[in-house]
Amino acid sequence: MSDGPEKTAFEERLQAAEDAAHGPKRKDPGKSDAGSAQRAIELAMRLGVEMVAAMVIAVVIGWGLDRLFHTKPWLMILMVPVGLAAGLRNLLRAERKE
Amino acid sequence: MAGPSIDALGQFSLTTGLGPIGRAVNFTNSNEAMLAAAVIILGLFAIGLKAKALVPGRVQALVEVLYEFVHNMCVDTIGEEGRRFFPLVFTIFSFILLGNLIGLFPYFFAFTSHIAVTLALALFVFLFSTGVGFYTHGFGFLKFFVPSGVPGWLLPLLVPIEFISYLSRPVSLSVRLFANMTAGHVMWEVFAGFMLLLTAGLGVFGAIASVVPLGLNVALAALELLVAGLQAYVFAILTCLYLHDAVHMH
Repeated sequence: MSDGPEKTAFEERLQAAEDAAHGPKRKDPGKSDAGSAQRAIELAMRLGVEMVAAMVIAVVIGWGLDRLFHTKPWLMILMVPVGLAAGLRNLLRAERKE
Repeated sequence: MAGPSIDALGQFSLTTGLGPIGRAVNFTNSNEAMLAAAVIILGLFAIGLKAKALVPGRVQALVEVLYEFVHNMCVDTIGEEGRRFFPLVFTIFSFILLGNLIGLFPYFFAFTSHIAVTLALALFVFLFSTGVGFYTHGFGFLKFFVPSGVPGWLLPLLVPIEFISYLSRPVSLSVRLFANMTAGHVMWEVFAGFMLLLTAGLGVFGAIASVVPLGLNVALAALELLVAGLQAYVFAILTCLYLHDAVHMH
């Protein structure tokens, strides 16, 4: 089965048909407005929970350590800024990964 | 109170399914929905891949699009090593997607609206990616918690922050999916209950006025369809990101 010349001819006709249908193919569909808006929605849906989750984990760890060492409530209070920082770290990491 | 009332959380209560056998082994309606999701995925693939046509038909095209979508996601996010994790990511993605989607239909149970289910999935992903990290790098994986290029005196502060940030992963992963699914179904139920209340309270005028919550529910159905797909996608892509961290350590 020789598909050399027919294939290129087919590719050309396909390209012509696609150009006629949508205009020339966009080189970078990710940069389009709809794409970036969709990515923004995805990001927004992720970020809110990221901060709260870090805070919850930090406070639970602090509470557990307090129970262990009978230092209520100091370790928990100490862990709140650490949890906040970890939440911000989550945000920065999520933003960088995009 | 007589007449209809809004019971928004009753839809999430577990009952036993499959008749007396299910009652004997505590096979719940949530398990029924999980089984249905698994059967639908397997059936879809069995039907779609039976033809093996060069030019795919409808079902085969759907299956191929799903496969390639997840495959590209794995390779783009994790890198070439992502091929090894493709079966896991694909299983998780299709299970959650089908769970979210069949939960939207009447008489089906949205098993992803229970934190027990989503937390189990998220903990599995978390433990698995941690295991992959230790398997790939040995104890060198612990360096993941030590950011490079910071002065030594900051480390006692930064290592706990990194550690808590790492531990928060399964929480954010599970809560996001659970909260989105639960919120959508509760809103549906509240608007539907509001229609009943209007009709019972205001008679014919109420029945006419209940067109408004009906319209809101229709719009909400479209939104829920989007959320169902998006949350499955987010869960899968975060699984990929965590595996990327485990494989590449940055």
